[in-house]
Amino acid sequence: MKRIISFIATVLGITILMAVTTPGLLKDVRLGLDLKGGFEILYEAQPLMEGQQVTPEALQETAKSLQKRADALGTTEPEVTPEGSNRIRLKVAGVTDEAEVRKTMKEPANLTFRSNDGCEEGQEFCKIELRGDDFVENGASISYNQLNQPVIDIKVKDKAKFAEITGRLLGRELAIFMDDTMLSAPTVNAILTDGSAQITGSYSLDEAKEIRDTINLGALPLKLEEKYSQSVGATLGMQSLNKTLQAGIIASIAILLFMILRYRVPGLLASFALILHTWLLILIFVLADFTLTLPGIAALILGIGMAVDANIITYERIREEIKTGKRVSSAVKAGGKSSLRAIMDSNLTTILVASVMFAFGTGAVKGFALVLILEIIVSIATNVYFSRFLLNLLVNIGWASKPSHYGVKERDIREL
Amino acid sequence: MSFKQYDFVGKSRIFYIISIVITIVGLLFLLTRGLNYGVDFRSGSNVDMAFSQPVTTEQIQSVLEEVGISEGASITPGNDRVNVRFSEVLAEEQDLQLKAGVEKLDPEATFEINTVDPEMAKELGRNAIYAVLLSSIGIIIYVSIRFEWRFAIAAIVALLHDAFVVISIFSILGLEVSLTFIIAVLTIIGYSINDTIVIFDRIRENLRFAKIKRYADLKDLVNKSLAQTLWRSIFTALSVFIAAFFMLLLGGESIRMFSLAICIGLAFGAYSSIFIASPLWLTLKGRNVSNKPKAPKPNKDKIEV
Repeated sequence: MKRIISFIATVLGITILMAVTTPGLLKDVRLGLDLKGGFEILYEAQPLMEGQQVTPEALQETAKSLQKRADALGTTEPEVTPEGSNRIRLKVAGVTDEAEVRKTMKEPANLTFRSNDGCEEGQEFCKIELRGDDFVENGASISYNQLNQPVIDIKVKDKAKFAEITGRLLGRELAIFMDDTMLSAPTVNAILTDGSAQITGSYSLDEAKEIRDTINLGALPLKLEEKYSQSVGATLGMQSLNKTLQAGIIASIAILLFMILRYRVPGLLASFALILHTWLLILIFVLADFTLTLPGIAALILGIGMAVDANIITYERIREEIKTGKRVSSAVKAGGKSSLRAIMDSNLTTILVASVMFAFGTGAVKGFALVLILEIIVSIATNVYFSRFLLNLLVNIGWASKPSHYGVKERDIREL
Repeated sequence: MSFKQYDFVGKSRIFYIISIVITIVGLLFLLTRGLNYGVDFRSGSNVDMAFSQPVTTEQIQSVLEEVGISEGASITPGNDRVNVRFSEVLAEEQDLQLKAGVEKLDPEATFEINTVDPEMAKELGRNAIYAVLLSSIGIIIYVSIRFEWRFAIAAIVALLHDAFVVISIFSILGLEVSLTFIIAVLTIIGYSINDTIVIFDRIRENLRFAKIKRYADLKDLVNKSLAQTLWRSIFTALSVFIAAFFMLLLGGESIRMFSLAICIGLAFGAYSSIFIASPLWLTLKGRNVSNKPKAPKPNKDKIEV
């Protein structure tokens, strides 16, 4: 009786949990650009001036500045990620004016120091005094003044020019601009003749760091070249999503039917485990904020076919044991035990190849490989252990005790 | 249906010949015609357009001429979709002009545009080859540890055979090879070994209780193992085949070729596990058996293999 209750409670509990949470989960799955429309560009960064090298810091900074520009354009969730030593990947979803975004992105980071010298009424900081390339590369750093406040030390290349500017602007503001955004507007306190200066103000350490990084980025602007681009219209993406999902649902139904027709009671349990498997994967995608692309969905659908392999191997083994004349309960035990090794070995080799794919792949290949690996791990939990747990419960209750429950005909059973 | 008495490995010679012929034909095609590389591997631009109303190839052609990009462009018409491939990378302006021109034909047209730089294409190809090599080495090491080296050799031959057959068929039929094709081939490599492992696991299990004195004993053991695991091999491949098949039939345009490659790979994967990997292991292991001093002289079976 206790077993009956635990079997029913398990199945019912999981079913209710899945039924309640699935609609919300599906809504939260983050879809890739190929499914919801948008564009993706892979840039290769090169130094604007010859003889310079792309440093990891410069790449990081360029990526940050791209992120800011993309955010400023009002696009939804732009994603900017540095890749390797000199590449940056940009993903923007649902853009109406792609051309504008692309143009804005490609411009090198433009650092300027501006003053109000000679500006007309109402205009602010119209005169550009210094540009990014006036600064010594990686010359900006942070130190602390006597009050233990962070200050930014900067170095310029042309001492005479700097002396002239600071002389002319003594007591006035010299504002720091990145592109068209003002970062800070410090006041010139002294005429500086040795080419170095300190920017003081009541900056927090983070603010000071940001100014330092921006100045260093401005001193070494990177030129971006498009190496790869993909742009998908929103309707087209929707189309492929719907079509592929439909294909996946029909394929799943076919697989479930096959399992039930061939393996009867255990086939039914495998089907339940398979549904749990798919639900768990979606749950993982949502929790890990994983972006699902079309190849990822393809992996998900293929994985449904792969997950039942464990069941097929086990159930075929059980049928074999039943046919030798064993009692059903011992056949189930023996079948589960002796099929485990083959299942683990075959799953591990697939994980091995998927890991290689993950390591060598970029973009879509990585996504596919990751889904495949997750799938196999989840399928070991659901379609190996969980479905076995259910089957053992049933057998112990005595509900699946006839060979016909396993699709075995009486006449195929050898007498012991 | 019963295959208990069926001599699987006895006919291995026929299957070896079939596989060798496919390999040679495939190799010839690969060397002469090569693969029909998609935009992922050949620099250039690929434009997919979906229309809400019928648009003819001629109409598209005239738009291309207007923009001045008709040279080196190939148009593949479909039902409500048209694919245009450019051997040169489209400049941003051309891209925009093309869109504007097509939208005149059908204001509701939607686009998918891919552009790849030749360097990136080369890098993709190189990484794919590294991935195949590294995966193969990984599998050899794993199978050698879990089983023994002869199983590893037989498995890897079958596996590379599967991957090569898929590549060959794509070359022979001139089907387009894109990034998803590479994913498909790698998946086949990762997955088609599963069948082989299930069979080898049974051979390993049967070996524990068997007294192998002659080559014929070993051959019987392999046949018996194959008969015992036959439905397993077929059904495990079938379950994934169902998934790939429906994606081929109903899935999104861009994963059609991927699904086709997987379908072909699965079919050949099941075939090679049974008819290539297992006989090959027998050949490798059989040499060992007949070399033992106490073993009887090589009999007729030995000569056949």
